[in-house]
Amino acid sequence: MTAAGTTTAATTATPTSTDAPPTAGSRFTGAVANYIDERTSISGLVKELGRKIFPDHWSFMLGEVAIYSFIAILLSGTFLTLFFDPSMVEVHYEGSYDPLKGIEMSAAYASALDITFDIRGGLLMRQVHHWAALLFVASIGLHMLRVFFTGAFRKPRELNWVIGFVLFVLAMAEGFTGYSLPDDLLSGNGLRIIDGMVKGIPVIGTWTSWLLFGGEFPGTVIVGRLYVLHIMLLPAILIAALGVHLLLMVINKHTQFAGPGRTNSNVVGVPVMPVFAAKAGGFFFIVFGTIVLIASTVTINPIWNYGPYDPSPVSAGTQPDWYIGFADGALRLVPPGWEFVLFDHTWTISVLAPMAVLGGFLVLVMFYPFIEAWITGDKREHHIADRPRNAPTRTAIGAAGVTFYAVLWAAASSDIIATHFKLTIEGVTYALQALLIFGTLAAYLITKRVCLALQAKDREIVLHGVESGRIVRMPGGEYIEVHEKLDEYDRWRLVDFEDYKPLMIRPNAKGKITVGQRVRAVFSRWFFEDRISPVTKGELESGEHH
Amino acid sequence: MAKHDGETSAAAGSAIEKKLAREVSAGTAVISSNALENPGLPPHQPRVTDLDPKKEKAAQRRVIWLFTLSIIGSVFAIYAYIAFPIEPGNLTSTRVNNLLVGLGIATALLPIGIGAIYWAKNLMKNDELVEERHGTRGTEETRAAAAEVFRVGNEESGFGRRTLLRNTLIGAVVAAPLPGIVMLRDLAPSADPVEAFSRTMWKAGTRLARDGSGTAIKASDVTLGSVFHVVPYDLPEAEHKLEEKAKAAVLLMRLKPEDFVHNITPGREDWHYHGIVAYSKICTHVGCPVALYEQHTHHLLCPCHQSQFDITREAAVIFGPAKRPLPQLPITVDAEGYLIAQSDFHEPVGPSFWERS
Repeated sequence: MTAAGTTTAATTATPTSTDAPPTAGSRFTGAVANYIDERTSISGLVKELGRKIFPDHWSFMLGEVAIYSFIAILLSGTFLTLFFDPSMVEVHYEGSYDPLKGIEMSAAYASALDITFDIRGGLLMRQVHHWAALLFVASIGLHMLRVFFTGAFRKPRELNWVIGFVLFVLAMAEGFTGYSLPDDLLSGNGLRIIDGMVKGIPVIGTWTSWLLFGGEFPGTVIVGRLYVLHIMLLPAILIAALGVHLLLMVINKHTQFAGPGRTNSNVVGVPVMPVFAAKAGGFFFIVFGTIVLIASTVTINPIWNYGPYDPSPVSAGTQPDWYIGFADGALRLVPPGWEFVLFDHTWTISVLAPMAVLGGFLVLVMFYPFIEAWITGDKREHHIADRPRNAPTRTAIGAAGVTFYAVLWAAASSDIIATHFKLTIEGVTYALQALLIFGTLAAYLITKRVCLALQAKDREIVLHGVESGRIVRMPGGEYIEVHEKLDEYDRWRLVDFEDYKPLMIRPNAKGKITVGQRVRAVFSRWFFEDRISPVTKGELESGEHH
Repeated sequence: MAKHDGETSAAAGSAIEKKLAREVSAGTAVISSNALENPGLPPHQPRVTDLDPKKEKAAQRRVIWLFTLSIIGSVFAIYAYIAFPIEPGNLTSTRVNNLLVGLGIATALLPIGIGAIYWAKNLMKNDELVEERHGTRGTEETRAAAAEVFRVGNEESGFGRRTLLRNTLIGAVVAAPLPGIVMLRDLAPSADPVEAFSRTMWKAGTRLARDGSGTAIKASDVTLGSVFHVVPYDLPEAEHKLEEKAKAAVLLMRLKPEDFVHNITPGREDWHYHGIVAYSKICTHVGCPVALYEQHTHHLLCPCHQSQFDITREAAVIFGPAKRPLPQLPITVDAEGYLIAQSDFHEPVGPSFWERS
């Protein structure tokens, strides 16, 4: 690395490295590389992928954060399994934490306390594991939002969106099962709520709960069963899905934002070896290091304060981990009385309705790429990421979805909102119920208008340039501000986007207009009725002339 | 004939593919013939480290320092692990161990990341490179060859031709996992869940005891406005303590009789004892303990989902997602003045379930 003394480093570096006699180190690496290649043909892979180009943008790092926090989870989780005892056998606590000495508790809770108070670095690993898990789900969520708002789910990436969605659900399942393992008071109450929800399912609910808990709640088996899910089954599926996710990313190549020199049929960026590898590898250490820094300074899930699980006590202000909040909030927003008896059976709508709403929401998220593809009818591959403003209806739908999720999420803290702001719990609940519907609607309408306004502004900037701040007095006494034209590189970023028009209904080959086409036309009009086209060459030229 | 088959199908396949490939629909996208043209990559801007060897050296030194700091962090983490052990019973020692080992590891990790990225941004060649994309779909030859593989596989095995053979194979593969599913039956005991969910360990004569200490409660202990968290007196002898407690937990309150007697359902007049009432503590929504009692309004609040129950109206739901009132435990006193249950609850406690009514 010391050779790069001149500006022509690139041209001089190559000949010197080949001409110089091989050092002991390079002879050794050469021998190792030869040994491995003669047994694996790995040189083909290195040739294929080693100089693969990755485009650069800060928002592309969100998925990386997810992977790196997952590695932190795997490492810290492995440490925890060496000490954790996933058993609900009753024991008397005899560890270092005085306030709980002699108290009856499950072996799981006792071993979680031992990890915290008797194993050096145990508390650190617990907190690394928990903080990393919170970050894992958060970064997946943000990564999904990035992919959604830039339209990076379009062909050929629809299937990878679905796989990513599965990863998101698996991450939440991993979070919940892990949260339940210490068998403390809070996690036990979480399981209690799951039990209550399961029992509300028609026909199979009672038996599902019975089988899940091995008899009555809480039973003596649930921690062991969740443990095998948490450390074996779910991670195995997650890692497999993650592998496919990354493989498809390599096959499809990464999307890039519009920019000079960037087209739908190229990738502009830095090569894997060495720049991307250094940046991505370095970023892993930054993510991991930040998690450890937080874990060593900020307490998370202080299970020793909660005590062992006991079905009777519960403290005010109980909340799940953040990513389960939307489900808990949905339960809270159900109005009173949603349950009835029909045909001699109990229909627990107060549980079924939130499950249906959340299920419907998640299914919509999963299928969105296919819905949009059906509406546009566009079968081409898309590798240029949209700026959110250039797809106003999609962006508005996304904003509505985010608002819907956020209101449900806020509802999981309705009691805390009420006590902190000195409001009534009833008032907060009614307000959130209203927001869930009208807030979602308002977010849609406002976002769509904002997007169209931003697009109009972009057009104006392209056609008339930006305000220079220079005021000129004309001979006639009139004052004008001089506008400066954009250079062609900046202009290109503002005009390179896809534009769709509403579908015209036309008879098919048999001379018929199908119902499917009519429905598609309705959706198409909804999507593309309000549209602003990119500036064309003609418009730019006629703009320049006056 | 067989020899020619491959060729013709490949030819036919590629004909279709070519047609499709040429006419990939743009849907309702507007293809403008008058669009602006891509100006191409802007000229490369050299960095200060490209131009000034001194700056380059300085940048390199910074990275070396960062990597050295990381080594110091690792060594410090090991030192802290040994030098700041956890002393039994001393919470501060746990915190100090956590903090110093953690800071050591963070110091080991962060500078590696910062150093590597600094290296990449300032010292590695930073020209933007261009790579061509190729359509994701395989080439026409590849697709035809793949189709041919399936055709030959089908031909040689007779999978499509020997239909009965194929169908029995599908049947066998579908049936094979069924025993595995059936074997999950013993996840739970053979007892009837509905029976278990429908009764608690309260029975006529069971004394009411304080949750925690387990001492029996005399009617005279329950002063006006007070609230007791109650379990059956014989809970410690129960075989499944937590399971029984999860159903039998009760809240005991004393109200002025005139506050609620006019609301009593016929048949339940003698379920209270001089204004002392006992209600199931398990929420009828999804089963959290309804632990918060507001003394002057006589409202119970569930801290999980904020259902509220009015004790003066037989624990009717006045707010929140719950539907049914909390079941009432009929109580009276025994000869020694201790509160006892008259019977079990008259309905299942806790969350609703399908076979409940």
